[in-house]
Amino acid sequence: MPALATRLRGRYDRNLWFVIFVGPFVLGLLVFVYVPIVWSVVLSFFDARNTVTPTDFVGLGNYLDMLRDSAFRSSLATFVLFALFIVPTTFVASLGLALLVNRTRFARTFFRSVFFLPTACSYVVASLIWKLSIFNGVRFGLANTVLGWFGAEPVAWLSVTQPPWYWLVIVSARMWLQAGFYMILFLAGLQRIAPSLYEAAAIDGATGWKVLRYITLPQLRATSTAVLLLLLINAFQAFDEFYNLLSSAGGYPPYARPPLVYLYYAALGQGQDFGHGSAGAVLLTLLIALVALVQGRFLGLGKRED
Amino acid sequence: MATIQRSRADQAGSVVRYVVLVVGAILFLLPFYLLVRNGLSTEQDITSPDWKLFPSSLQWHNVVDLFTDPLLPFGRALLNSLVISVVQTIGVLVISGLAGYGLARIPFRYANAVFYFIVATLLIPAAVTFVPSFVLVSTLGWVSTLRGLIVPGLFQAFATFLFRQYFLNFPRELEEAAQLDGTAYWGTFWRIVVPNSTGFIAAIGTITFIGSWNAFLWPLVIAPDQSAWTVQIALSTFLTAQTINLPQLFVAAGIAILPLVVMFVFLQRWIVEGVERSGISE
Repeated sequence: MPALATRLRGRYDRNLWFVIFVGPFVLGLLVFVYVPIVWSVVLSFFDARNTVTPTDFVGLGNYLDMLRDSAFRSSLATFVLFALFIVPTTFVASLGLALLVNRTRFARTFFRSVFFLPTACSYVVASLIWKLSIFNGVRFGLANTVLGWFGAEPVAWLSVTQPPWYWLVIVSARMWLQAGFYMILFLAGLQRIAPSLYEAAAIDGATGWKVLRYITLPQLRATSTAVLLLLLINAFQAFDEFYNLLSSAGGYPPYARPPLVYLYYAALGQGQDFGHGSAGAVLLTLLIALVALVQGRFLGLGKRED
Repeated sequence: MATIQRSRADQAGSVVRYVVLVVGAILFLLPFYLLVRNGLSTEQDITSPDWKLFPSSLQWHNVVDLFTDPLLPFGRALLNSLVISVVQTIGVLVISGLAGYGLARIPFRYANAVFYFIVATLLIPAAVTFVPSFVLVSTLGWVSTLRGLIVPGLFQAFATFLFRQYFLNFPRELEEAAQLDGTAYWGTFWRIVVPNSTGFIAAIGTITFIGSWNAFLWPLVIAPDQSAWTVQIALSTFLTAQTINLPQLFVAAGIAILPLVVMFVFLQRWIVEGVERSGISE
């Protein structure tokens, strides 16, 4: 027995120390991350309404139901539309801010702080300001007041689907919250570009857009890939601002319902339908993984250096 | 001639740059201003179609009213959020800090396998697992308890990953000097590594605190009872309530972001450094 104990502890008790340092984390991950994932996959094959220990195996039935469910499909379509808006706009805005701040000598820290500060704000607080102060109903609010100065008619921002003004509200709130964080990533990337590259470009007479096009952007490639991937994954998980901007005392409108909001109501609403909820979650995870993979391929993430 | 023209163009460019920066800064600060303005206004000022930059009179009593209103359990929600965020932040720093150090420094035959086991969870978006997590935590009987709100958030794979990357680059010489004295991993970690990593620890701590304080989906799922509401849930509930007292709601929102804004002012340098060193954009 002593021999076994010695072997388990390892040379200089290294194995023992490894378990003491890493063990608690791995155990927590196992219980609170891996168990739920496995449970989710199991539940997705069962008819699990109002119960988490189901007995009625339905195979791929839940998956087929979800794929046939026009509400779930439209939630995926909502996401795609949202991503098409938010990913490029936030990317361009944060890159633009980084380029502006990076070239600023006067009050540089001030500008960086101002653009970064919304990161401290929650989606709930931002939704509240957007919904009740900027984009209020027809007569009130800052946005309608500004429109009034130009003689334009006030707009019902959140309550009409034609035209879908609510997209502007949702996209601008998320941009305000996120742009500063990605700006910091771009600033870090800009700082790593060797000054000699710019000097060489200056000697060749390159200016302005050409420097941006041929030096800065290619050098920021790794950062850009990471930013795009993070933006996309975050967009997939959009929940807070959709929930808070659009739900009211009367309920939630069926339009503008991204996947997580749909799953929230499906699994934890009246029906407590964990089977379909889990199947939807698995489908969403697979979709995110697929998009991330395709995007990674497309942008050359993980490509070996030549 | 060319240089004069160039410098004119540069000057014009820099004027444009500053104009864009100043306009951008005003737009980014505007929501914060609206929060304060509305919190100190009357209901009429907020809903008036004739919108003004400044409220007609400052209503400081709104702040007192918020905490004395027996219908709004906002004080309780603040306390819950504070306890959850502080415990989660300390917990993540200890649990992920130890794990990151162990992975970076203690030779173990299966260390790589363990590392992949951790990194694999980064690929699965946490929000997607909220259904099974809810099932698990409700099976444990932790619905609407602080435990249910705190414990699942203690195991952050990303924090462990960042700590590991950071400790891999920690200067070995410092640790070797300590190990010659016969100090084991435990002592080296707490007495040498931790005191020399305060900046990075502050960065991860701030990011964890922000995430914890602003969390919404998980508290919404796991804390249906008012007694376990966090600040974000309380705000969201008031936001969608039938009758809202607008000035009080804005005061509550202002108080909800105050701790983070104060933290930002003091710890921003560390956050920026932490993000820059995180290796996300390497």
